[in-house]
Amino acid sequence: MSAEYRFIGKATPRKDALQIVTGKAEFIADVKRAGILHGKVLRSPYPHARIVQIDTAAAEALPGVKAVLTYKNVPDWKTGIPRHVRVLDRKVRFVGDAVALAAAETEEIAEEALGLVRVEYRTLPAVYDVEEAMEPDAPRLYEEFPRNLAPLNVKVFGPKSLSGVVMGDVEKGFREADFVAEGTYSYENLGNPLPLEAPGVIAEWEGPEKLTVWSATQSASWHRFIMLSKMGFPDIRTISTHCGGSFGSKNYSALPLFYAAALAKTAGRPVRVIFNKEEHFGAFCLRLGSRFRGKVGIRKDGTVTAVSGEWFVDTGAFCDMSQAQVAVGCGEAQLMLRCPNWDLKTRLVFTNRCPSGVVRGFGGQELESAFHPLLSLAMEQAELDPVEFFKKNYVKPGDGYYWRDGNWWVCRGRDYSKAIMDGADAFNWKEKWKGWLNPTAVQGAKRIGVGVGIHGNADVGEDESEAYVRLDPDGTATIHVCVSESGMGQRSSLCKMAAEVLDLPLERVSMTPPDSLLNPFDFGLVGSRGTFAVGSAVIAAAEDAKRKLLELAATKLRLSIEELETRDGKVYVKDDPGNAAPWSRVMGIMQTCTGFGRFEPDYSVPNFLALFVEVEVDTETGKVDLRNVVAATDVGQIIDPLSLEGQIYGALGAAGVDTALFEESIFDRRLGHMLNINMIDYKWRTFSDLPEFRNVILETPIPTHRYKAVGVGEIATSPGPSAVLMAASNALGKRLCDYPLTSERILKALGKL
Amino acid sequence: MNCGKEKETISLTVNGEKYDLEVGPRPYQVAPWHTLSQTLRDTLGLTGTKVGCDHGACGACTVLMEGKAVLSCMTLTVECDGKSVTTIEGLGDKSRGTIDPLQQAFIDHTAFQCGFCTPGMIMGARALLDSNPSPNESEVKHALSGHFCRCISHYHVLRAVMETAKEGD
Repeated sequence: MSAEYRFIGKATPRKDALQIVTGKAEFIADVKRAGILHGKVLRSPYPHARIVQIDTAAAEALPGVKAVLTYKNVPDWKTGIPRHVRVLDRKVRFVGDAVALAAAETEEIAEEALGLVRVEYRTLPAVYDVEEAMEPDAPRLYEEFPRNLAPLNVKVFGPKSLSGVVMGDVEKGFREADFVAEGTYSYENLGNPLPLEAPGVIAEWEGPEKLTVWSATQSASWHRFIMLSKMGFPDIRTISTHCGGSFGSKNYSALPLFYAAALAKTAGRPVRVIFNKEEHFGAFCLRLGSRFRGKVGIRKDGTVTAVSGEWFVDTGAFCDMSQAQVAVGCGEAQLMLRCPNWDLKTRLVFTNRCPSGVVRGFGGQELESAFHPLLSLAMEQAELDPVEFFKKNYVKPGDGYYWRDGNWWVCRGRDYSKAIMDGADAFNWKEKWKGWLNPTAVQGAKRIGVGVGIHGNADVGEDESEAYVRLDPDGTATIHVCVSESGMGQRSSLCKMAAEVLDLPLERVSMTPPDSLLNPFDFGLVGSRGTFAVGSAVIAAAEDAKRKLLELAATKLRLSIEELETRDGKVYVKDDPGNAAPWSRVMGIMQTCTGFGRFEPDYSVPNFLALFVEVEVDTETGKVDLRNVVAATDVGQIIDPLSLEGQIYGALGAAGVDTALFEESIFDRRLGHMLNINMIDYKWRTFSDLPEFRNVILETPIPTHRYKAVGVGEIATSPGPSAVLMAASNALGKRLCDYPLTSERILKALGKL
Repeated sequence: MNCGKEKETISLTVNGEKYDLEVGPRPYQVAPWHTLSQTLRDTLGLTGTKVGCDHGACGACTVLMEGKAVLSCMTLTVECDGKSVTTIEGLGDKSRGTIDPLQQAFIDHTAFQCGFCTPGMIMGARALLDSNPSPNESEVKHALSGHFCRCISHYHVLRAVMETAKEGD
């Protein structure tokens, strides 16, 4: 496909490659500011308690300490939806909740100061189970939220924001079903997205209402446009450093920003707050807990006739963006299942543990991972091949769905049947699939099984993007767009798009830093929107700049712009390519040509990814090994092959596939402590455990927009967990429904424990 | 530490440059509890070395000491007296302005995503290739198994390291 393009689809080095491999890329902990102070957080040892007394006199007296804050003297800023999370509160709601803040000349002094803060707590009963928390007599985390229910009617995506799926007639649907599967399934192991770099923020006030924020973020603008109203509308300038991984979690860092900004305001100096790994594990951002109780009806031919049930979403101690994840999860469920009758209700619930927040998969992975074991049960009863079932039931062009805004959207993307079938061929599915609860092979104590999952998202065109492209007379182009680099290579891919429009060598195209002062609005790198949404704005800006340039030339040459073209920083007459003038002659040296582009949201083009997995279960040790993975997708047009491939391999990271195998946040439900709060006890995949991994990437042009490409990166993690459960169940010949499949669970299923 | 006596110092050679560092609690000094990663980053300004977990589990802070890969977050600077350390900033040939072939291979294969683990990963791979110039793939996997990469650039990293190993043959 890429033959027609000069850069699109070709492997080109990342623009920041040299900086990264030489250690010069600047991450948040590398940023220096004159007079900077170090901010630290005192954290609660109790899951639920009231602060009866707090005394900071000794801490304040320690030399080198410049600010000590408690609930008594912090600014009245609040985050959460609706606003319920204060900078510091007189109540703590999880082990690790913030109690006091200190800023000092060194990190050691700040820590020492916090050790001198005397706190008297009155402990309160705590609740950890999503359904127990809804009982009328359960301990209540917030006075304003009876039964610990977070409100769902909060207009997070407008007045009709989706919080469930209700349509058709489920009673009729179940009557029409040949098979009805019913049950309760959970995906509550609370995977941690765990980017290597912990969250961090530097805050510096230039005046009482003027704040500059440096942070590690995947979406630079959030610290401005989302935080403004939460902080009483100071003028916030936000700058993103290189971001050492995010996977949703560092879209923004509301609390670290509150801490740094509050301390900086009191101390009158810049303050940096960078979480240590314990805080990153235990006080930042976990996946949502997800439990589904309900039923699904299907016909013999795989037609889905009805889905009904309750989705219990455990948001932990804070609810920030969880309603948004509920909305997207409900939307994505409909992409996965073409079904006319739905009655899916949601309960969003507070519990006394580390909060959940934004994580790659964004509600969809959580709902799917709890719902698909039930769907598997129905497919098993109907003896349906899951590949055929998913192929039949994934949204097709012309099908409709309620998306996150509550509006009915009609799919004008593509039919992904070929992608799933090509993936199945590459995986050799037909050979390996032996029917439900049948192993592919048995070799002594080792049993092999296969499974498949799919995922899709209509957010590739979500939210707004704006960009300027500025052409300079020296034959260079600069893209002004507020896009961070958190690993996807998006800044480089956007340069390729502009270079393609301008037919300019890639090294002559650069981009402004992700800084809200220098750039127009961009929503950020979420929902795989970088390619379609941000790309469209950049392309439009480049086209606008090019048109302005050719207009200048046309006026000078008394030709029409249709007769002119530009290449390599020169304008030439199409009929006479040898007759070319450098941009400097067209513009003069005291002029630039700037184009503007804007993208408006479009939720009609879903993406898709299928993940085929083969596992080996050792029936003696109970260990489950992932042996083989095939990912299949159709992206329309590859922009950068190596970056795309990397994003899809990412299925194995960021609390994805491995949440079915070994990743979990383990809580002591008696004391509320998280037990594996470090990188030794929280298990992660190493080089030695890499499965064979093959990507099948189709490029069927999507006619809706230029370069005909959709992003797919975010969803790579989502189909994996349920696919692994399916594969291990088939290997053992026993239905396995609990995440993760620890040796203990396998041996229990085998009756050996 | 030294109560008015002659100042205690340690000598450290980093990327070929010799540093005599005073031991003590002041900001410009090396405190007895300072880790090598702190000294490299905060005292010497060599921020190419990254700190991921700060408890010896992720490999991000890997540097070479006397040619061997060590975790600089688990090494106390005061224990490094007289040692020679190479960090990511010290790779390549400064006089010719060239980068290490391994760094070039990482560029060619886009063997990173967010890039935070990359300096440690490259130092770990460098240590391997220095001691075993032609490793097979399983030896590379074994050598890098202590390096955490959450983006999953492992497959690209293997290609980059294996290509460099081949060229070294």
